[in-house]
Amino acid sequence: MGDKSVALMYAGDNYLRDTGGRRGVASWIFSTDHKRIGVLYLVSMLTFFAVGVSLGFLMKLEMLEPGGKLFAPQSYNALFTLHGVIMIFLFIIPGIPASFGNFFLPIQIGARDVAFPRLNLFSWWLYIIGGSLAVASLFFQGGPVDTGWTFYVPYSIRTGTDVTFAVLAAFILGFSSILTGINFLTTIHRMRAPGMGWFKMPLFVWSLYATAWIQVLATPIVGITLLLILVERLFSVGIFDPGRGGDPLLYQHLFWIYSHPAVYIMILPAMGVVSEIITTFARRTIFGYRAIALSSLAIAFIGYLVWGHHMFSTGMSDTAKWIFSLLTFLVAVPSGVKVFNWVATMYKGSIDLAPPFLFVMAFIFLFSIGGLTGLILGSLATDVHLTDTYFVVAHFHYQMFGGVAFIFFGALHYWLPKMFGRMYNLKVAKWSLLFLFIGFNMLYFPMFIMGYEGMPRRYFTYLPQFATLQRISTFGSWVLVTGLIVMFANLVRGVIRGAKAPANPWGGTTLEWTIPSPPPKENFEEIPRVKHEPYRHEEVVVQ
Amino acid sequence: MRRAMQTTPKSAGSSVRYGTYILVWLALIALTSLTVGVAGMNIGALTVVVALLIAAIKSSLVVNIFMHIKFEDMIFKVFLGIAGLILFIIYALTFADVFIRK
Amino acid sequence: MSQLQEAHGQVITSAEHLHRDAKGAKIGMWLFLFTELLLFTGMFLLYAAYRYIYSAEFHRAGLETNTLIGAFNTIILLTSSLTVAISIAAIERGEKRLSIAFLVTTVLLGFLFLVNKYFEWSSEISRGIYPASPKLMEQSNGENLFFGLYYAMTGLHGLHVVAGIIVLSSLVVLLVRNRITQSDPVKLENAGLYWHLVDIIWIFLFPLFYLIK
Repeated sequence: MGDKSVALMYAGDNYLRDTGGRRGVASWIFSTDHKRIGVLYLVSMLTFFAVGVSLGFLMKLEMLEPGGKLFAPQSYNALFTLHGVIMIFLFIIPGIPASFGNFFLPIQIGARDVAFPRLNLFSWWLYIIGGSLAVASLFFQGGPVDTGWTFYVPYSIRTGTDVTFAVLAAFILGFSSILTGINFLTTIHRMRAPGMGWFKMPLFVWSLYATAWIQVLATPIVGITLLLILVERLFSVGIFDPGRGGDPLLYQHLFWIYSHPAVYIMILPAMGVVSEIITTFARRTIFGYRAIALSSLAIAFIGYLVWGHHMFSTGMSDTAKWIFSLLTFLVAVPSGVKVFNWVATMYKGSIDLAPPFLFVMAFIFLFSIGGLTGLILGSLATDVHLTDTYFVVAHFHYQMFGGVAFIFFGALHYWLPKMFGRMYNLKVAKWSLLFLFIGFNMLYFPMFIMGYEGMPRRYFTYLPQFATLQRISTFGSWVLVTGLIVMFANLVRGVIRGAKAPANPWGGTTLEWTIPSPPPKENFEEIPRVKHEPYRHEEVVVQ
Repeated sequence: MRRAMQTTPKSAGSSVRYGTYILVWLALIALTSLTVGVAGMNIGALTVVVALLIAAIKSSLVVNIFMHIKFEDMIFKVFLGIAGLILFIIYALTFADVFIRK
Repeated sequence: MSQLQEAHGQVITSAEHLHRDAKGAKIGMWLFLFTELLLFTGMFLLYAAYRYIYSAEFHRAGLETNTLIGAFNTIILLTSSLTVAISIAAIERGEKRLSIAFLVTTVLLGFLFLVNKYFEWSSEISRGIYPASPKLMEQSNGENLFFGLYYAMTGLHGLHVVAGIIVLSSLVVLLVRNRITQSDPVKLENAGLYWHLVDIIWIFLFPLFYLIK
């Protein structure tokens, strides 16, 4: 894997100190260095995540007692709308690609930056502008949006709340995502180091590649959909208005044509991280490299074929319903391939139970539950009973939170020492995971049962029969939040005051572990020459 | 001596003569006249099909010659194919609902 | 120092050290064009659905649009595609003056398109046909939807023409100042790609809105 000289001359000469001729904040917010942009995204999205968590916390507080004691129904509607908008558009979708992808994609392929560094900075600015608009929409005329993050018509057109700004914000955020996708696709095609053929790339890069295709080809559809809501609110054309011949179902089609592939934007990079972490901590080469690489592409592709499963009870033709149901079952196959290959990788490995690995273990458990319940929802007959209930809420939280977010946390534990050159407390990290895991299951598992028993979603109150489960769920949210606070406090303390981290604390085999922690501004002293596939563990020295 | 890096795409466009562009333009004008003419004819449901077909031919000329796809490296053609496939899927699956609903 | 020759397996050309990567820029541009294509796809999808549901009413409404202006605008855009293609071919051959002349012509043709559109829309608006107009409110749902889509789609297309004109005009300046040259024509080539896409979208809009007779 090229020259392994960890150049000590770089100690102190790293991207954190290299201000590029500017001072203070300006050296960050005007930087085109992919590493700084990655950190900018990381900090901003974690800020929005904190807001989203607080909103969720408040929602669960409301659910402690039936009857809407804490919030008026209107306020509750605004809470779950904003919770969804912030978590989805400002945290999970930019998520791993914008933060860790930006930071590590060029390094993992042996490049000095992405293909379009200035476009990269522009992407982040669009993210900030969109995020600010979304927050500002809380305070504008009409009050916070109450339509749900799905903005379904006709309500989103008729409601007096500030849909216009919220939708505008989402539109801008969509562009941020599109530009990142264009940047990553071009980077991967054009900037791999000499010798790094397609099947010598790390699997994280493969996952970013598949994700980028979805970002480019799916996001514009929601762009036009949101634009049409704006047009409708401003000009009352009638395109989605049933009173004027419009068809609200067409809105749902357009919305989900993006929003289903969007969940693969969320999960594919996380699966890429899982491949990286498993091979590092099992100290074995990945089992079935090609299968995992190609399954990323397969998931991205099949993901375009299944959006109708969000619309089974809306009045689509029967033909469409069974086509979408069949295709939905199909998408589970490449995901299954990945899980089997990950498990096979661990067989006869020399497992190191470090925090990143434990997060991955939690992920496999939680994501599998989410995936299996997805099959129940994908089946037409059972979906009729379960759609729009708490069962769905539990399902997607197991996927997006237990799946994507847990791996986001795992990636933090894996890569922060590289990004900032300092190590956190491993023991505290493991304890925080325990709180997270227990709290998560307490919070969300009861929702499967409640949904099955008929509790609808997006309701500010509930029937007395659900009281016990709702309370367990709310207590779970407190345990979960405790875990989050402990985890982030530990990581922040580690970044600021932790022990110095070496170049390769975990024994990783991809290119980022061959350069100092934190990396130098130009990444590599000399662009490496790649001679073989990644994940060869025989030659690695753990420091 | 370092091997020449592939910085510019294979054709750089200069392989297309001015005359070729003008011929394509004439074809496009002719096809436009054709499609206007066909619109005046009474062929019922076929009108849309023929109109879209002619539009597809015109677009194909623009994409291949004006936009050079015909002369570019394979990667551009593959990319266009991927985009086309996704477009087809979006239309096909939506029509599976809208056109078949009772 | 021929490091490439020592690398195992396939020699991969890496553009990382280049300050300019023309092929990379072209790849990026095509990807952006795909996003534009998908943006309009959403509306073409709505058109297809509503035309299927309201075929008779779409037919009636379609008779109102001015086929002549539509055809004229089609010819204008097709010609502007020709002129921008020639402008690019010219600078690739180092013929700067020819390139500028044809690029300016392209911009003027773009303006002409917008002027036509202005007259066309003025006429329709004065006849009471505009989004949520009283006249449209009285007409059937299908007719109302036809014109809703008409304004939305040709409107969005028009915005793209405006953007194209702005970009191409600024490239005229760059050409004059020798910032676009025979050895580095990338900006003009990519802008040309954008302009051709705008033309292609109109190639499909034309029959759907203007050739209903």
